[in-house]
Amino acid sequence: MSVELIRGYRRDEPGTHPDLADEAYRSTRLRHPRQPLVYLPHTITEITGPQLGRERVVGALDHDLTRRHAGEPLGERITVGGRVLDADGRPLRNTLVEIWQANAAGRYRHKGDQHPAPLDPNFSGAGRCVTDDDGRYAFTTIKPGAYPWGNHHNAWRPQHIHFSLLGEAFAQRLVTQMYFPGDPLFAFDPIYNSVRDPAGRERMVARFDLDRTVPEWALAYEFDLVLRGREQTPFEEEH
Amino acid sequence: MTRLGTTPSQTVGPFFSIGLPWPDGPFVVGADAPGAFTISGTVFDGEGAPIPDAVVETWQAGADGRFGERDGFRGFARAATAEDGTFAIRTIKPAPVPSPDGATQAPHLAVSLFARGLLHRTVTRIYFADEEAANAADPTLARVPAARRGTLLAHPVPDGYRFDLHLQGPDETVFFDV
Repeated sequence: MSVELIRGYRRDEPGTHPDLADEAYRSTRLRHPRQPLVYLPHTITEITGPQLGRERVVGALDHDLTRRHAGEPLGERITVGGRVLDADGRPLRNTLVEIWQANAAGRYRHKGDQHPAPLDPNFSGAGRCVTDDDGRYAFTTIKPGAYPWGNHHNAWRPQHIHFSLLGEAFAQRLVTQMYFPGDPLFAFDPIYNSVRDPAGRERMVARFDLDRTVPEWALAYEFDLVLRGREQTPFEEEH
Repeated sequence: MTRLGTTPSQTVGPFFSIGLPWPDGPFVVGADAPGAFTISGTVFDGEGAPIPDAVVETWQAGADGRFGERDGFRGFARAATAEDGTFAIRTIKPAPVPSPDGATQAPHLAVSLFARGLLHRTVTRIYFADEEAANAADPTLARVPAARRGTLLAHPVPDGYRFDLHLQGPDETVFFDV
């Protein structure tokens, strides 16, 4: 038996993530565990994870949601890019970034979306890419529209893009949403406000970046994603 | 050194199926892999209703106890639930793996569950009911109150194992703080 030193991932500060029970977001009512979570020290299972990068990005245009069909989608063309980092500022390289979103009219290409806004034959709304050596990812898409939902009377979701990150380990897995700066719906959205810490909410909002804007072509939004960092102190694992 | 604040979690929402599922997502191994079987089950809410908009992801070691992708083995599965709340993955039984405290972990899969109405993934583990001796020595199961350990056990059925997830209710699955 050899002894290998492995390091777990730092737990997020309390309040970083939403509470699973959230009275304002009605769908949590029957879907949040009521029993206390059982503390699990990280083992080899949690500090490893699928390293699925390029094998999951099968098409040359997987990162460009505006060039999947015969014509271009309607809406405001934008680029969305940024870096995937851990909390120590270390870039995550060759890691998979998956996104999905509504079209410019606020309608998802999904049979469950009953919002009476038009589908766009030239927009499917899903993309994926892998980060480069600097941890950078980049998508081209259109700005999604706001849309109504049934949570409460006159409920509307702010414009947002869903993000899914595998990270480097099971312990880093993250699904979140990216919002746009200055959205007037922020104050009324239970999902955005499920993050109680104002600084945490700000970390879900992209930054408009004039420098990355492509003249005569597309506005640019920057959105960095930060996953948990490693513990500084290794613990011993026997093999 | 300045630490960056981590990005908060948000719900996967009701419409993830336009982007998240992969055609080969449920398959940890190919159909012809030696020892391949199916783990299937249903995801239930607090009233016992099946949840048709959930995603189950699993991560596990191989039959040799090693983690990571290699020929014919991905280690990872992603399966969305169907209209009736059911999911299924195809995999093999992982070998026991070491635990940081020097003990041995019984064969298990780590599980992430996402759904509309879940603002953050919930994490659980799948153990195998037919690994009684290994389960009895598993340090993670030992942390779970004995009366609730059964919620972490997949039970043999003709084509593999059955494992249901209950987000609430009398059979609420044990979820872990990772």
